[in-house]
Amino acid sequence: MPDGPLLDVRDLSVLFRHGGSSLLAADGVSFTLEKGRTLGLVGESGSGKSVTALSILRLLGRAAAVQGQVLFKGEDLLACPESRLRSIRGAGITMVFQEPMTSLNPLHTIERQIGEILELHGARGAQKIRARIVELLQEVGIPDPEGRLSAFPHQLSGGQRQRVMIAMALANRPGLFIADEPTTALDVTVQAQILDLLKKLQTRHQMAMLFITHDLGIVRKIADDVAVMQRGKIVETGSVKQVFTSPRHEYTRALLAAEPKGKPPTVDLSAKSIVEAKDIRVWFPIKRGLFRRTIGHIKAVDGVSLSVREGETVGVVGESGSGKTTLGLALLRLIRSEGAIVFLGRRIDSLKFRAMRPLRRDMQIVFQDPYGSLSPRLTVSDIVAEGLGVQRNDLSSSSRREIVAQALSDTGLDPDSMDRYPHEFSGGQRQRIAIARAIVLEPKFVVLDEPTSALDVSVQAQIVDLLRDLQKRRGLAYLFISHDLKVVCALASEIIVMRDGKVVEAGPALDLVSNPQSAYTRALFAAAFDVKAVNGAALGE
Amino acid sequence: MGASISERIVPGAAGLQSPRRWFQLSPINRRRLANFRANKRGYWSFWIFLALFTISLFSELLANDKPLLVVYRGELLFPIFHDYPEEKFGGFLAQTDYRDAVIANEINEHGFMVWPPVRYSYRTINRQLPLPAPSPPTWMLSEQQCAAAVKRYDRGRLNGTCSDIEWNWLGTDDQGRDVLARLLYGFRLSVLFGLTLTIISSIIGIAAGAVQGYFGGWTDLVSQRLIEVWSSLPHLYLLIIISSIVTPSFLVLLGILLLFSWVSLVHVVRAECLRTRNFEYVNAARALGLSNGAIILRHVLPNATVATLTFLPFVLNGSITTLTALDFLGFGLPPGSPSLGELLLQGKSNLAAPWLGITGFVVIALMLSLLVFIGEAVRDAFDPRKTLS
Repeated sequence: MPDGPLLDVRDLSVLFRHGGSSLLAADGVSFTLEKGRTLGLVGESGSGKSVTALSILRLLGRAAAVQGQVLFKGEDLLACPESRLRSIRGAGITMVFQEPMTSLNPLHTIERQIGEILELHGARGAQKIRARIVELLQEVGIPDPEGRLSAFPHQLSGGQRQRVMIAMALANRPGLFIADEPTTALDVTVQAQILDLLKKLQTRHQMAMLFITHDLGIVRKIADDVAVMQRGKIVETGSVKQVFTSPRHEYTRALLAAEPKGKPPTVDLSAKSIVEAKDIRVWFPIKRGLFRRTIGHIKAVDGVSLSVREGETVGVVGESGSGKTTLGLALLRLIRSEGAIVFLGRRIDSLKFRAMRPLRRDMQIVFQDPYGSLSPRLTVSDIVAEGLGVQRNDLSSSSRREIVAQALSDTGLDPDSMDRYPHEFSGGQRQRIAIARAIVLEPKFVVLDEPTSALDVSVQAQIVDLLRDLQKRRGLAYLFISHDLKVVCALASEIIVMRDGKVVEAGPALDLVSNPQSAYTRALFAAAFDVKAVNGAALGE
Repeated sequence: MGASISERIVPGAAGLQSPRRWFQLSPINRRRLANFRANKRGYWSFWIFLALFTISLFSELLANDKPLLVVYRGELLFPIFHDYPEEKFGGFLAQTDYRDAVIANEINEHGFMVWPPVRYSYRTINRQLPLPAPSPPTWMLSEQQCAAAVKRYDRGRLNGTCSDIEWNWLGTDDQGRDVLARLLYGFRLSVLFGLTLTIISSIIGIAAGAVQGYFGGWTDLVSQRLIEVWSSLPHLYLLIIISSIVTPSFLVLLGILLLFSWVSLVHVVRAECLRTRNFEYVNAARALGLSNGAIILRHVLPNATVATLTFLPFVLNGSITTLTALDFLGFGLPPGSPSLGELLLQGKSNLAAPWLGITGFVVIALMLSLLVFIGEAVRDAFDPRKTLS
């Protein structure tokens, strides 16, 4: 091996041309990576992290103009021919992507997918390849690897799929391993396990790892060095210890300070109850056969009781598939459920869709994805005023605009922008629009369904502050659904931990955090706050 | 983000008082218009088609066997808008034939007539054909043929030329009717028929698709099976059977074709609505208390616009060609109606008269191509990838 670092990126620039406009996605990016070390590439969405990683292997396609040098073992990857590059991809440098659900071909078995990359790079002999696949699966911690060989991707959980991806990436013992947000789509507990695995494999094989993430907690845990990216430029590099203890660049400091903080407002225990639900059940029937007989149920929510008081936030936490969102939808009667729901002293669980409509004024919802929850064809004022048109049709159009403007400025948006369309706004601003739409009707109860999950950390903190501020001013009752315990702890005074549709543990937030009773809750908190995997039967996988 | 927080503005400030007026296009629609214009071929097709269609709308003023204006013994008459009995001009028939030499002479002696550019209506039979019907376009005639015609019809005048006889620019069909006049009326009829059929069947189809897609479940299941059975009926046989019982007219044909053509858009709209109904903004609208109808109109259907608009030109062309085909087979509009299909049929039966077939082909091809080009441009205009990028 020649002297010098394993990977040396020098002055890398990526320019996207689209129609007449062009976008400089990476601007003079330089960094080096030594054998056996991990570089964490951190930044918010749109900062150019993934573009940088993809251009190392020239995976960007024709729309991108890439300039600079990418030296891998002294060889410039940007200048070498395509055929040479193909022999490096999958052997010398491998990559794992964010979305385990779509990175595996659903039509091929695990054996075939891992076998393919081995064969491509010269492995021969069915027996030998098979043995190697089993070895790899064992290495990445798939239980019963021989039995899993003929499994299709849909038969594996998200974490297992990501493990298979890692097995594929490791198959040819790469010198450099690029992980592009490999755990973002996973639950916190699974995330912690995957990170453990990556760290272990890296030390065992002395790989270099380029780890791309937006989550500073993960970087602190896994990386040796950090490069912070902002708007296509690297603004700060250094060892993890140095960057985290004494950040030099302003942006790094802002990022570090951005974690959601603050305490939920103290709850007046005598405040009147807004929503009370008892033994909520949402069961989806499984039907089989010619006559569609019901042979069983998927119990999405199975006997959950809760109560939300005025000015109080109840947090619902749990991993994906635990029934959190379904519970929220059931409370708003947006899906069918069983069990008593009392809203403002009135039973609403037997009301029809039409009878519910006047009540919707007092109960609202904010969804997770600010890109999907706003109709792209309506202006902001149309979106926010939509509920007013139904619930308060006595208003004139000018007074309606005034109310909309008030709601927009309450959520920290410029009312002048009300005639613009959602695509002109950033993710955080869109979420503010969604919140404005919910509060413009002056509801008493708002279900917040992961409102911060799709946002960057710094924006998350702002939204949390906004929600807390609105709650204080208007005495709102929140049901805050999230898998992100940090955010929940910043808002909720009561927490309900859900798993498989059932309540695992419930109680005041302070007690629950300081002294979790069940093993599951303990594992969840450990994974969330320390990015630490707790071994135990209670865990997902 | 930071900027937007600091720039809070007191409600009621100047920027707010700009309610949209109806004639102001919203920015998205302005961009759509620009996209439409950017598709040069479609844009020009649109204007050409619009010009042709507008001209054909005024067919009565352009090709008619009645004069536009008659001044007779100091009296102002409008034969196009009013039927005058022949006795007014000294004849005895209930309707006046202004092309008749006797009447024409009588009027010209006591006043004058202003004729449309083409002196034939779609059903006027030229009784002074230079050659037996189908007679070729006048510019194809030789001087001898013209002279013979003049001699035959103009009381033995000897030194006649082609400029002395009445011109049939595109010849006549096998009943001696002027092809140009029939073309004008036929074009109008085809386009109007196609547009009416398309609009009505789109309304029905989109409504049916939206309801099925949005509500899903049993509604969808039952209607889909019904539509499958319905659309597997043999259309052409049914049309032939029905048209042998009911006298086909414009409205009857429209009704019969409508029975089957509404199905074409249902699947597209239904698929889009099935996809859209689970979008979060639809859920948000439900949570705001909007009624199902309002949700479908405001949030679900706009998503089906592109898919619908992609199909629409084909539906329109399909409607026109179905009518043409029925006319060609002889099951269409009643005999004597100006129809492009009938022109094609005549072209087929009179191969020695190529002006019939060629004219029919050129006009139909031109019309269908223009409509497809326009459809492409409209689709481009509504394509969200182009509008919103």
